[in-house]
Amino acid sequence: MTERELKVKSIEYRRKLLQCIKRAKAGHTGGDLSCIDILNVLYNRVLNVSPETFDDPGRDRYVQSKGHSVEALYVVLADRGFFSESDLDTLCCYRSHYAGHPTRSVRGIEQNTGALGHGLAFSVGVALAGRMDGAAYRVYTLLGDGELAEGSNWESMLTAAHYRLDNLTAIVDRNTLQITGCTEDVCALEPLRKKFEAFGWAVREVDGHDVAALTDAFLAAPFETGRPSMVIARTVKGKGVSFMEDVAKWHHGVPNDQQYEQAQQELDQLLREVQA
Amino acid sequence: MSFIPGAEQGKANLDVFCETLLALARTDKNVLAVTSDSRGSGKLAPFVAALPAQIVEVGIAEQNLVGIAAGLASAGKIVYAVSPASFLTARALEQIKNDVCYSDRPVKLVGISGGVSYGALGSTHHSTHDLAALRAIDNITIIVPADNFETAEAIQAAAVMEHPVYLRFGKRPLHHLHSPQTQFAVGKALTVCEGTDVAFIATGETVHPALTAARELEAEGLSVRVISMHTVKPLDADTLIQTAGECRAVVTVEEHSVFGGLGEACAAVLMQAGIHIPFRIVGFPDEHMVTGSQLEIFEHYGISASGLAQTARALLKNGGSL
Repeated sequence: MTERELKVKSIEYRRKLLQCIKRAKAGHTGGDLSCIDILNVLYNRVLNVSPETFDDPGRDRYVQSKGHSVEALYVVLADRGFFSESDLDTLCCYRSHYAGHPTRSVRGIEQNTGALGHGLAFSVGVALAGRMDGAAYRVYTLLGDGELAEGSNWESMLTAAHYRLDNLTAIVDRNTLQITGCTEDVCALEPLRKKFEAFGWAVREVDGHDVAALTDAFLAAPFETGRPSMVIARTVKGKGVSFMEDVAKWHHGVPNDQQYEQAQQELDQLLREVQA
Repeated sequence: MSFIPGAEQGKANLDVFCETLLALARTDKNVLAVTSDSRGSGKLAPFVAALPAQIVEVGIAEQNLVGIAAGLASAGKIVYAVSPASFLTARALEQIKNDVCYSDRPVKLVGISGGVSYGALGSTHHSTHDLAALRAIDNITIIVPADNFETAEAIQAAAVMEHPVYLRFGKRPLHHLHSPQTQFAVGKALTVCEGTDVAFIATGETVHPALTAARELEAEGLSVRVISMHTVKPLDADTLIQTAGECRAVVTVEEHSVFGGLGEACAAVLMQAGIHIPFRIVGFPDEHMVTGSQLEIFEHYGISASGLAQTARALLKNGGSL
């Protein structure tokens, strides 16, 4: 897929996930929009996984630790053919498999997540198993930045470095906002890169909306032999919709009719610009 | 010579755990022990010496332990996650709930030094909540073996279970309760001795004290049944209902809070089956635990030959009124 095609995909994904959230009257809009370019690049350029190979022990694994951004994941998985797009009409509906956080009852989802601080430990376990078996697969996990206050992440970072798991890539969706406000006001994370490095990880920082930069970073892993790789993806919460960008209240805001129309118009305009 | 339950002392269940796991792991390299600086507490030194590639040490980090165990299990490993029961089931409860049970990863959670095995080390090290906490989580089997035989059988059974299981045992040497001919099945209680006046339905390391109480009562002419309810969830309701139908009174015994453990599980079954007989739950009351060794704590709260015999006598005499 070309860079332009990826950019088009990102806009289409944004349009679709807003549609899902609007219909369900629920969703984590801001974080979906900040991580969608990361998911786009992973599933369309990086991960060795498809609906046909999802049961193959040798597949690459993607574990979404920030489970609340599930609408972004659903939209990408649907586009990749893991299930029908029409399934998403049931998002958060009574008896639907498509709950507000990921579960394995949806094909393509590796692990049930949603409580924060769980995805990295699970990913360390999968990476360790891969190491033991001499398997070629890689493990990717996406963490929210607010999620990093959960101490369990730092336990798992120690273990990943201890076992020199260079088949593991963690990605932080560094949009700097959590539900209460700025991460640095709630519980300061910076200097984040130095912390990761001190924990034994090889770190790269990229523009988390630049599909070419994301591709380069993901394909360059492991950044150092014998070290797990950490990508700090600098993102904007609510990216792509002017009035949602960098506004904490859109963490789980649902657009009204007027806001929805405006958002779709803005994304249409972006699409035209990319296609031009 | 016929087998006499409780006549001979065996090993600590921890030793049986290591031997059994080592035997399993020698035949299948996918069998792993995952520990949180607990290989010493878990008496796993022989395992480490024999199969160093099949042990995963994660440091003193129980949340990490359970999450990593789930990841390993997802990739086809047969994972025994070993940690003191107190820390495993409290510190890592959310990981047990989400990463293991909700995600249906067939991790074998092994709570060592369960109940009040750590004795005078105090309540930080006691697990008197674990059965209640885990009973309320769906998709987990809970087994509390009462002797070396049940322990070895439970560890072997766990290896082929396709869903999560919690095994909990202590560190004190235990008496043999079952003859070599006994058949063990998960979810099926074992009868240690038959009787019809009163039944002790006990689990784990309280089965032997119940048996000693039975001996004391039998010397007084009473007929006493002792059941090892090793599987606390799913509970063997058939054996429980049959026992309550054949005995005049039931006393449940557990190394656990009286809230939410074996006793309340049995009470719920009997009440909802419309069976109303004299019934007592013996366990730890809702108070800070007395300081002492495991056996001193047992004695203090009536989990002993004399204490349980007295509970049974009183129950038979007063017909169950409080």
